[in-house]
Amino acid sequence: MAMGLGADAGSAGIVRTKRVTFDQPGQELALEGGGTLAPFTVAYETYGTLSEHQDNAILVTHALSGDAHVAGRHSANDKRPGWWDMMIGPGKGLDTDKYFVISSNVIGGCGGSTGPASENPVTGRPYGTDFPIITIADMVNAQVMLVDHLGIDKLLAAVGGSMGGMQVLEWAVAHPDRVHLCVPLATAARQPTQAIAFNEVGRQAIMADPDWRGGHYYGGRPPAKGLGVARMVGHITYLSDEAMQEKFGRRLRDVHDYTFTFSADFEVESYLRHQGLSFTDRFDANTYLYITRAIDYFDLTRRHGTLVQAFHDVTARFLVLGFSSDWLHPPYQLKEIVSALRATHKHVSYYEVESHYGHDAFLLEREKMEGIIGAFLASGARTFVRQTD
Amino acid sequence: MRRIDYKLIEELVPEGASVLDLACGNGELLSQLIRDKGVRGSGVELSQEAVEACVARGLSVFHGDLDAGLADFGDRSHDVVILSLSLQQLRRPRMIVREMVRVGEKAIVSFPNFAHWATRAQLFFRGRMPVSRELPYQWWDTPNIHLCTIADFRALCLEEGLSILQEQYLRAVDKPSPPRVVAPNLMARIAIFAVTRS
Repeated sequence: MAMGLGADAGSAGIVRTKRVTFDQPGQELALEGGGTLAPFTVAYETYGTLSEHQDNAILVTHALSGDAHVAGRHSANDKRPGWWDMMIGPGKGLDTDKYFVISSNVIGGCGGSTGPASENPVTGRPYGTDFPIITIADMVNAQVMLVDHLGIDKLLAAVGGSMGGMQVLEWAVAHPDRVHLCVPLATAARQPTQAIAFNEVGRQAIMADPDWRGGHYYGGRPPAKGLGVARMVGHITYLSDEAMQEKFGRRLRDVHDYTFTFSADFEVESYLRHQGLSFTDRFDANTYLYITRAIDYFDLTRRHGTLVQAFHDVTARFLVLGFSSDWLHPPYQLKEIVSALRATHKHVSYYEVESHYGHDAFLLEREKMEGIIGAFLASGARTFVRQTD
Repeated sequence: MRRIDYKLIEELVPEGASVLDLACGNGELLSQLIRDKGVRGSGVELSQEAVEACVARGLSVFHGDLDAGLADFGDRSHDVVILSLSLQQLRRPRMIVREMVRVGEKAIVSFPNFAHWATRAQLFFRGRMPVSRELPYQWWDTPNIHLCTIADFRALCLEEGLSILQEQYLRAVDKPSPPRVVAPNLMARIAIFAVTRS
């Protein structure tokens, strides 16, 4: 077990990202949009210890800008812990003293898993936009192979927010005998129109950047301007009117009065510019295109007709979490999932977190989520039945 | 404490029924129904702590406000819908009764009877708002905003065109009732109604 090496109690400790490459015959990833991806690599991290009976594995799936580094730190002086560190560690909601937590970077990502910046085995150069279009189902199929690789029959739980929640739903629907508990947060069973619209603005910003060059910019200057704007737009959708008003108001930055120029007078402008700029240091523009595409294509009703039919074979027990001020995935979208599950007599609970943080609340409201998620995992673990039992 | 009212509600629930318990609290009644009657049960609850308690018990619970109705639940989606001792705390009791018989084949409602003789006596002799074990609050801090009597509830059922399937009366939540209650609107502290849309 990873022990906290730093002073920080409850930390998953020092962790490192591992990689597994699937390059054997039969390990090709057949893609929903046609074609295959091979070979491919999945970057992942694990925390805690897998139990002897393999009944304590929890997969945490990430959102658009996340990666495999969900908890702990990469070195003792690492300033940034994993993206959901507040929830994962000894004694936390996803208690690593009890559970074996797995997190992987999605395929198409830029956090170590195969994506558009990876080498195309055909050309020996980065894929760029020759990378195949991938979907949420493809991401999950890659995760299934990772879980197989780790020797786990059946996950105790899959937990994730936003795009991570879509993966959780996909696990339950496409691999019903391989997951026992599902916790989708701040997500939808089909990407809503408004969210597609915002993603399209982001993609257009990237593709309009002359540095994008049809997606084959590797080795040259990346389309940082375009990606920065995409991130700025995206970031607005993660906040809320109230949160922005409270955080920035109309406060001016470093000036006492308007400059009567187009420089970032307002704090909110400078914040967004900073968000955009810092994102370009750690994220690949093509990955942004591919992943937003995968999100937009997500629609559980497409393959199954209705959501009720989509959930027909689901065996997992659900805890669905909505967030009151989330306008990207408002509570009604979570309730739609709950209603469809209930219509087919599945075990489902719904919980609405009161928060003014908007969509980002699922990354911030530790105290309001930890109890209920912890309780759900603990009571659900008592009903866990292994696939082979 | 042995809850006689739960016992009586349990007797009104068929074996293996699908049950929705409104304002289910920490899920005590639901757990009992699942254990004793093998029902497929779920609850609706507003309090975050109570929802967490239900989830910790392994129950299926929906975090929601009954004053907003039951829009998330389909017509006749449950065999039985229960509202135990909470009717008087809702803003729109008439609406919720309508919703209960829409969502369930049968609705079971229990409530404190405001026409019990002791309640009447407090009002009549002391001229004060009644405070009792069933209604332990002072007028200025009570969550009980829509109190009614057995006669009132019968009148509502009549007005709504609901059939009363059964009525049960209790002297207290933990006190068994005599086999026959004479003048229940005067003698019963708690009433349990099973109704349906005829």
